[in-house]
Amino acid sequence: MNERAGTGAPHGGLAAGGEDRLVYMDNSSTTRPAPEVVEAMRKVLEEDFGNPSSLHRLGTASSRIVRNARKSVASLIGADETEIVFTSGGTEANNWAIFGTLRSLGDRSTHIVTSTVEHPSIMATVEYLRDSGYDVTLVPVDGEGFVDPEKVLKSVRKDTALVSIMLVQNEIGTVEPCREIGRLLSSLGPRRPRFHVDAVQGFGRLDIDVKKWGIDLLSMSAHKIHGPKGVGALYVRRGLRMGPLIFGGGQEAGLRSGTENVPGIAGMGAACEMWGKDRVEVLGRLAVLRKKLIEGVREAWPEAVLHGPESANVAPYIVHFSFPGFRGESILHALEKRGVFVSTGSACSSHKAKPSPIILALGRSEEEALSAIRFSMSRYTTEEEVAITVEALKESLKELLPWRESRR
Amino acid sequence: MSTETRKTPERHIYLDHSATTPVRPEVLAAMLPYFGDKFGNASSVHRWGREARMAVEEAREKVASLIKADPREIIFTSGGTESDNLALRGVAWAYRSRGNHIITSAIEHHAVLHTCESLEKEGFRVTYLPCDRYGMIDPEEVKRAITKDTILISIMHGQNEVGTIEPIGEIGKLAKEHGIIFHSDAVQSAGKVPIDVNAMNVDLLTVSSHKIYGPKGVGALYVRKGTRLVPQATGGAHERGMRAGTENVPGIVGFGEACRLAEKELPEESKRLSALRDRLIRGILDKIPDSILNGHPTERLPHNVNVSIKYVEGESMLLNLDLLGVGASSGSACTSGSLEPSHVLLAMGVPHEVAHGSLRMTLGKSNTEADIDYVLEVLPPIVERLREMSVFGRGQKSKS
Repeated sequence: MNERAGTGAPHGGLAAGGEDRLVYMDNSSTTRPAPEVVEAMRKVLEEDFGNPSSLHRLGTASSRIVRNARKSVASLIGADETEIVFTSGGTEANNWAIFGTLRSLGDRSTHIVTSTVEHPSIMATVEYLRDSGYDVTLVPVDGEGFVDPEKVLKSVRKDTALVSIMLVQNEIGTVEPCREIGRLLSSLGPRRPRFHVDAVQGFGRLDIDVKKWGIDLLSMSAHKIHGPKGVGALYVRRGLRMGPLIFGGGQEAGLRSGTENVPGIAGMGAACEMWGKDRVEVLGRLAVLRKKLIEGVREAWPEAVLHGPESANVAPYIVHFSFPGFRGESILHALEKRGVFVSTGSACSSHKAKPSPIILALGRSEEEALSAIRFSMSRYTTEEEVAITVEALKESLKELLPWRESRR
Repeated sequence: MSTETRKTPERHIYLDHSATTPVRPEVLAAMLPYFGDKFGNASSVHRWGREARMAVEEAREKVASLIKADPREIIFTSGGTESDNLALRGVAWAYRSRGNHIITSAIEHHAVLHTCESLEKEGFRVTYLPCDRYGMIDPEEVKRAITKDTILISIMHGQNEVGTIEPIGEIGKLAKEHGIIFHSDAVQSAGKVPIDVNAMNVDLLTVSSHKIYGPKGVGALYVRKGTRLVPQATGGAHERGMRAGTENVPGIVGFGEACRLAEKELPEESKRLSALRDRLIRGILDKIPDSILNGHPTERLPHNVNVSIKYVEGESMLLNLDLLGVGASSGSACTSGSLEPSHVLLAMGVPHEVAHGSLRMTLGKSNTEADIDYVLEVLPPIVERLREMSVFGRGQKSKS
């Protein structure tokens, strides 16, 4: 498959032989590692193979690499480097935020507040906890996917251990009012519950300030921002008591055992540095592309229904539409045939033929949930790729139309 | 031998392969495409996803082959520590209704010991079996420790500090006879000595990538078909629902390739390493008075040398060796920053002061006979000098 030399990637361009180029519009599932990321990792993989816990010079070189990456991660969220704990990814960070909190708080804190649109790594965990006797409140969202901060505040009780709200909804891109929620929770004083933010889909790109926003725990992932898979981090506010999720040799200040994934961590650091330089500029460009994509889709299919906010408080790289009457999966395959790669929802659940619980939580019908397509862009997405996507969508829907008519 | 054989560290001799190993060029080459064009999420339905999925499944076959398992019995994790945690916590909670007793040993890796301690706080009872002076666990002791409440036995295969190979085949047989689940941490032995999970009657086996020239951040847990686990990371339905999280595709591909190469080269390489190991052990015991081999003399990992050198601090030897270009360790890397003597040596009955003078040198692919001879040339003068400076040394002289 070497014809796809440049898909959604920095070294783009038409493929050899004049074939149509492939357009990767599934960047919320995973992104292509940036050249500077690959370079940083390759250097570590080839030269700096030491175990950071070793006392000899290879060990100290590796621990320096880890420390530099920690600084780069911290600087993107307004944290101190000592507050960053590396994990194997966003799912581990989310699991740990919840289990670690419950393990450190004792028996009187048995209530968890979260929303109806969280990622499966939060949902599955709170469902497991509910089965184990914990009490869970799921705060509903409005038609655009917004959680109401007042409702969150009202759900808090004396026995609430944790409030966990995501920053960016991974399917529809809604940016939740985490800043406001943090402010309201802070007003409860020292006995307030902990505030965890799953920032996997916003980290690196959106403005985050853990101190100003009153956040205690924040989950991050590298592979959504052109870093490597297999590495992420949890911000743990200084002074917060946390039980470990993984026990062992006591790495990461005793909070996360296991030999550090040094190349992965170096890659995450490089990705953070890259975003730190041009975040605002990239987001501005993406906002323009998002508007173009939305207009293009509506032009291609006027009955298409946009999910999530139109323009304000939305991640400028996620566009989510339903095409009532069609099956999302059929559109996906028709687009793939034309070299455009999208998803029907989140990658984690894309093999299930069930309607997305996120779309249902917006108050939409099952029909709309089953006909959904998520387009997700990256810093490397071009205007031309957006145009190709719209064109491919037009053709795909035209091809599927007879099937749609016959089904009705 | 002259005491003034100090050299500038132009040589770089890495003797800490039990801490971690360099990534082999073949492994890196296998990984690189998955950082580039083949960057897909293995759960995506489109071709990027399918391509990543295929790569993960191919790697799973290679890992399975190394330990003679079925690929469907392999779960990828972020490394050995996570695998140990998943095995112990996963089984303990899945079989809680059957009993609450766990048998392990005092010389396990901290990933097992600290997980067991956390389980004790949650109401489980754990027996920590002693070992003999060679670091060997007696299967008879295991048998005596079994009660009707025993749900899990966890005994490591190759001891990470002293290199003793535990009789896990016999322990596995016992566990099977009693219907108890048996887990073994094989992080140090996989790829170094042959492993057959069926012949050894192991139900769960921990393997790590970065100890066998694969990348850090990836490992696996073998889970025998029919063994239940409560997942420790919940979320998407990755790894048959036992371990959520987007698969670390390049890492997994590298791990698979490392396993394939390890399996292919194992017979030759273990012979070669054993010979180097014995040369180093013999040399140290011959040239350095009051030095003792830790661990079993024959039932031993082919790459492990662990000696105690009396009247010297292990840390001082390490720093001096490092100045001469030799990277070694005083015990396991995870605890090498701490000043506590090794829990393994203490469990073997090695006195505190002798445990403090321990030196672990673990061999690997890059090491040659010339490396061994270099160490044998520089180590004795280091020891001599340190003994002259130390209070222990003076005590020793006045005694002799």
